[in-house]
Amino acid sequence: MIKAILIFNNHGKPRLSKFYEHYSEDTEQQIIRETFHLVSKRDENVCNFLEGGMLIGGSENKLIYRHYATLYFVFCVDSSESELGILDLIQVFVETLDKCFENVCELDLIFHVDKVHNILAEMVMGGMVLETNMNEIITHVDAQNKMEKSEAGIAGAPARAVSAVKNMNLPEMPRNINIGDISIKVPNLPSFK
Amino acid sequence: MSPTVRLQEMIRVIRSARTQGEERGVIQKECATIRAQFRQADNGGRSHNLAKLLYVHMLGYPAHFGQMECVRLIASPRYNEKRVGYLGAMMLLDENQDASLLITNSIKNDLSHSSPYVQSLALCTLACMGSSEMCRDLAPEIDRLLRNSSSYIKKKATLCAVHMVRKVPELGELFTPAARSLLAEKNHGVLHGAVILITELCERNTQTLVQFREVVPELVHIMRGLVTSGYSPEHTVAGISDPFLQVATNTDSSKTAGSAVLYETVLTVMDIKSESGLRVLAVNILGRFLLNNDRNIRYISMTSLQKIVITDHNAVQRHRGTIVDCLKDQDASLSLALVSSINIRSMMKELLLFLSTCPPELKSHAASGIFNAAESIALCSAGGDVRDETVPNLIQLITSASQLHCYTVHKLYRALVGDISQ
Repeated sequence: MIKAILIFNNHGKPRLSKFYEHYSEDTEQQIIRETFHLVSKRDENVCNFLEGGMLIGGSENKLIYRHYATLYFVFCVDSSESELGILDLIQVFVETLDKCFENVCELDLIFHVDKVHNILAEMVMGGMVLETNMNEIITHVDAQNKMEKSEAGIAGAPARAVSAVKNMNLPEMPRNINIGDISIKVPNLPSFK
Repeated sequence: MSPTVRLQEMIRVIRSARTQGEERGVIQKECATIRAQFRQADNGGRSHNLAKLLYVHMLGYPAHFGQMECVRLIASPRYNEKRVGYLGAMMLLDENQDASLLITNSIKNDLSHSSPYVQSLALCTLACMGSSEMCRDLAPEIDRLLRNSSSYIKKKATLCAVHMVRKVPELGELFTPAARSLLAEKNHGVLHGAVILITELCERNTQTLVQFREVVPELVHIMRGLVTSGYSPEHTVAGISDPFLQVATNTDSSKTAGSAVLYETVLTVMDIKSESGLRVLAVNILGRFLLNNDRNIRYISMTSLQKIVITDHNAVQRHRGTIVDCLKDQDASLSLALVSSINIRSMMKELLLFLSTCPPELKSHAASGIFNAAESIALCSAGGDVRDETVPNLIQLITSASQLHCYTVHKLYRALVGDISQ
């Protein structure tokens, strides 16, 4: 069983925290800090598995992590999970994020943490691995996003129009337009019978 | 405005705070606004307020006043609001809160919703934070979904059932027949969930285990089918040796998933009463893993070899050379432990070389490992050889590692007592 999934940056700032077992809010924050402390000390060329910290169950549980640029992805699991399998799952998770956000970076995770939760919900449920096939995951995530958009559609249109206009870069409108004297000749149209 | 835009605004403001104190101030102000808005009767922006609250909660600030709002949003007919409500429930509610009971009815209704995505929201939340009462109430619903729904929902319902059995073991009896029929599914996600459910059921109840023993040939048949179709499953299943031979010889281990399958096969082979030929094959696979470039694979093969060497000593001997080579690896603590448990005598020279070149933290481990090995050899003559070579190194060690002092003195005393002539 997966006990927790944590994503934090090189300074320990949490970017996603999902716990599959109940801990109090204080304990959750302590676990994040303790995990960061354990994982950040690791050298680049040691293996990706280490024993869990005291708060999350000690040597019964393992921390399986991957370090990508500025982010650590840490899965805390118990002995029933396959370590290599979980390592593979982290890889699938990151690749899925990459597909959904198009070249994902830390900022995407910061500003769209709810979307990341939705993607994760298609992969891990109740602490157990649900789906590892990337195409399946993305199909369902896209369908759900479509449902959300279509609901927001009619109600959201005026608001979206307002924000679109606000974000538009309009060139300066000239104050005085001097067209001059135009005389328009109205053509003599035949009457309609 | 859509919930994401308002949420992003707030995140931007929080990030622009330059100190921890400033951040706290900004967040407190936001929370006060959110709290006031929650109290208002009808509010178009409910979902974005809760989304903001969940973000703040992740950073570690108190968010319990959002619990009732989660309940309200879950009951909303709009998918947007339900989604945020359920996410909030998973993050803020737990079985100790009274509010969690209030969502039971909403979950019940959503489990029969026409949209599979609403059903999946309900299943996901139930599997994450469902209390024993909630599980008891909703078990019949889950049983219904296990038998009669799309594979997308079945997959989720199966894992939800696993959670329920963990919370309320008596429900195991209810789910056993459904679990049995799930093995006929073609969808890999559902099969995977079914295997987890059956494992959980068997662990809780030995009678169920006896029942499922009859299912073993079926499981083996599924595995065989999966092997021939070239797919990499992640089932650990107790079965007869034949399919494991197939899996072991036919699986491509160039990718992590393939190695994971091989590794699980090895573990299974060692766990069940396999014949010796198969066990040797398993140990050889582990030996091959030791040569792999990926240090993770080397790590897990070494941890397994450590356990195996107690029972299958001879099979592991063959890989002595590779294991000693691993000592040169930077993360050598495991290989040391392994080395000290197999025949040390012939490798003394290499070990001493290692002692002189390894980093100080490992020296004490190495020395104690060597001592343990020397002890296990038992014969005085062997002990004598060992001692001659190690004396100069020992002196060097003792001066650099004070923790070893009492240990080495103790050992030397015992050795002296055993053989006064030295």
